Amino acid sequence: MIHVHVYEKWWIGLTVAMLIAFSLAIGVSGFMMGIQLPSPEALVNPNTVAKQGDFANPGLKELAPKKYVAYIRAEANPWKFRPEKIEVPVGSTVTFYVTAVDVQHGFKLEGTNINVQILPGQVSKMTATFNQKGEFPFVCTEFCGVGHQNMFGKLIVK
Amino acid sequence: MNTFAVERKIAGWHIFVAIFALSLGILFGPLQAWEHMGWNTYPALQAVGLQSYYQGLTLHGVLNALVWTTFFITGFLTYVVAKSLNRGMTFPKLSWAAFFVMVIGLVMAAIPLLLNLATVLYTMYPPLQAPWYYYLGLTLVVVGSWMSGWSMLLTWNAWRKDNKGATTPFLALASLISMVLWQICTLGIASEILVLILPWSLGLVPGIDVQLSRTLFWFTGHPLVYFWLLPAYVSWYGMMPKQAGGKLFSEPLARLAFWLFLLLSTPLGFHHQYVDPGIPEGWKFLHAVLTLSVFFPSMLTAFNVVASLENGGRARGGTGLLMWIRSLPWGDPSFTAQSLAMIVFAFGGVGGVINASYNVNLVIHNTAWVPGHFHTTVGTGVTLTFIGILYWLIPHFTGKALWGRKWALWQAWLWTIGVAIFSQGLHRLGLLGAPRRTMLGVATDNYGTPEWLFPRLMTGLGGTIMLISFCVFLLVVIKTMRNKETAQVEMPVAEALHHETIPAWLNNWQPWLVGAVVLILIAYGPMLVQSIAQLQMTSPGFNGLW
Ligand code: HEM
Ligand SMILES: [Cu+2]
Ligand SMILES: [Cu+2]
Repeated sequence: MIHVHVYEKWWIGLTVAMLIAFSLAIGVSGFMMGIQLPSPEALVNPNTVAKQGDFANPGLKELAPKKYVAYIRAEANPWKFRPEKIEVPVGSTVTFYVTAVDVQHGFKLEGTNINVQILPGQVSKMTATFNQKGEFPFVCTEFCGVGHQNMFGKLIVK
Repeated sequence: MNTFAVERKIAGWHIFVAIFALSLGILFGPLQAWEHMGWNTYPALQAVGLQSYYQGLTLHGVLNALVWTTFFITGFLTYVVAKSLNRGMTFPKLSWAAFFVMVIGLVMAAIPLLLNLATVLYTMYPPLQAPWYYYLGLTLVVVGSWMSGWSMLLTWNAWRKDNKGATTPFLALASLISMVLWQICTLGIASEILVLILPWSLGLVPGIDVQLSRTLFWFTGHPLVYFWLLPAYVSWYGMMPKQAGGKLFSEPLARLAFWLFLLLSTPLGFHHQYVDPGIPEGWKFLHAVLTLSVFFPSMLTAFNVVASLENGGRARGGTGLLMWIRSLPWGDPSFTAQSLAMIVFAFGGVGGVINASYNVNLVIHNTAWVPGHFHTTVGTGVTLTFIGILYWLIPHFTGKALWGRKWALWQAWLWTIGVAIFSQGLHRLGLLGAPRRTMLGVATDNYGTPEWLFPRLMTGLGGTIMLISFCVFLLVVIKTMRNKETAQVEMPVAEALHHETIPAWLNNWQPWLVGAVVLILIAYGPMLVQSIAQLQMTSPGFNGLW
């Protein structure tokens, strides 16, 4: 056996305790309290996704009162989210489906935990409930060309 | 007596290229920081051929994070292995060949970068598409670094034959582990480039699988940070205690830390892909737990290195619970730069736990927080350590005394103050929701709040101080190279505090290598099989977006 100083033994014990505590914290919040990460939703063909299917006419669709789905397309050159503006009444739950038609983009919606990579070929799905009135910008968080800094949109909660 | 003239020459050339790359790469840093502050120099810079912020950012990332680090590390470790084994390179020609392969690769990659044909950032995410020779150039840099590692391993193998049953000296073992880790983890990026990207950028196949290319990239991308870090640890464990006047507190645990890094560094790349749509949550969680486990060897290192420095401080007459810190050799620029690097790195480590924490990551993913974080790690923990190493290494190689000890001390302190302000600014911006890889000064016309202004100013101010510090570093290097005053500076080699026999399991590669491969198979195997089963070669390349 190797010689380990008593203080170092304490330190190692403390480290292991922290590791277990951190793992439990993220496990419990992730799988029991529902603070989830994106997971595989659907595969699409990036070359045709703008012409057919749900993303051909992107935008907000009402499923039931205060329950919405929003289909959003991320596009470079011109650098835009389509649609750029979404309006929902306060108290709404919105499920976002986002995909890219060209290169990688990002989608981060202020005031929520929504923060996801947008890949051509994949659909990213995230849900949030909006209990506060206001304007929440969503911005592109991945480099997608020289117009990247101009790529953003707005969710308005009324 | 062996004077290691050949090894000096090999290492010297690597390090020369490294410093050259860093000098060019760093230039873009302050420009980015100033842009964030609201001073946009890029329209004016078009006159000198810099086409955009993003061309500069690509150069900054590639030259600093890939070229400076890889060239410094391969050069430095080549020398450390030879010195530590007290034996010249068995095949110095292999090390030279490695160097030339790396240089050819660098030139091949530099041309399209400078011509604004490869503005794809250092992560080169498809379907952004650079010319095929850009990717081939980067591949050659990696292959060259492999060859460098082979040369070290062959030298060690020859040493082992002549020293049957002997324990490999710590410095050599730690260096070899770093190079072997690199061999294992670069298989990801090598297969990304050779199998997916090259055929696609050559036009042989029409499309690429974007999700799979990201997974292969990050297979290498995270262990890459350990490839940067472990050579700094080589110095912190194996050299700095000597510079501090002390001994290495626990050599067996130092070895254990390196073995654990070899075991654990690779099977956790999904922590860079927490927000990727194509990877199931369960796999992300597994990688999160494995990532946290790397916290273990990091904490071992924190204890052991600080205890070794304390040993030095006390040997130099320091007393008290903490007052021994004052007795450390703060007048020695090499020691001071590395100690400050360590302190800044400690903050980076704490931030890293936040990044690694699965869903907490959602708050900061792809925000300015992330560059705030890695300028404390690779940008300072590693870079300022390498600078500190150069403060003894250049005199050691050239026989010339270090010029301007006070200047060098100022350099280290200025960098530390600068990066503290700079990264504080970026961390805050990230928490306020500002994206990374973005012309933030311009973006604030579109989004953001008045609260962003103060941290933007911090970023600009801190970046300016870092630039001044780097200019002082170059001054010290150039003046030292031309110094008429000579000096005999030895490579610091720390002794172990206790002379214990190293147990076989801490001197034997097999269990650790087998463990590493098994963990990789568990963590990546099923997902890779699934991705290949549903391969989606649909994305054509885009090369006209910059
Ligand atoms: C004067 C010193 C430096 C300054 C002022 C500086 C400034 C910056 C800034 C403001 C960014 C963020 C750009 C953005 O996200 O839009 C950045 C990115 C980066 N920096 Fe530095 N930097 C410096 C030195 C370094 C060093 C020494 C390294 C590494 C050895 C480094 C590596 C990187 C990397 C890898 C990126 C990310 C590039 C990307 O997102 O593609 N920097 N730097
Ligand atoms: Cu973008
Ligand atoms: Cu990582």
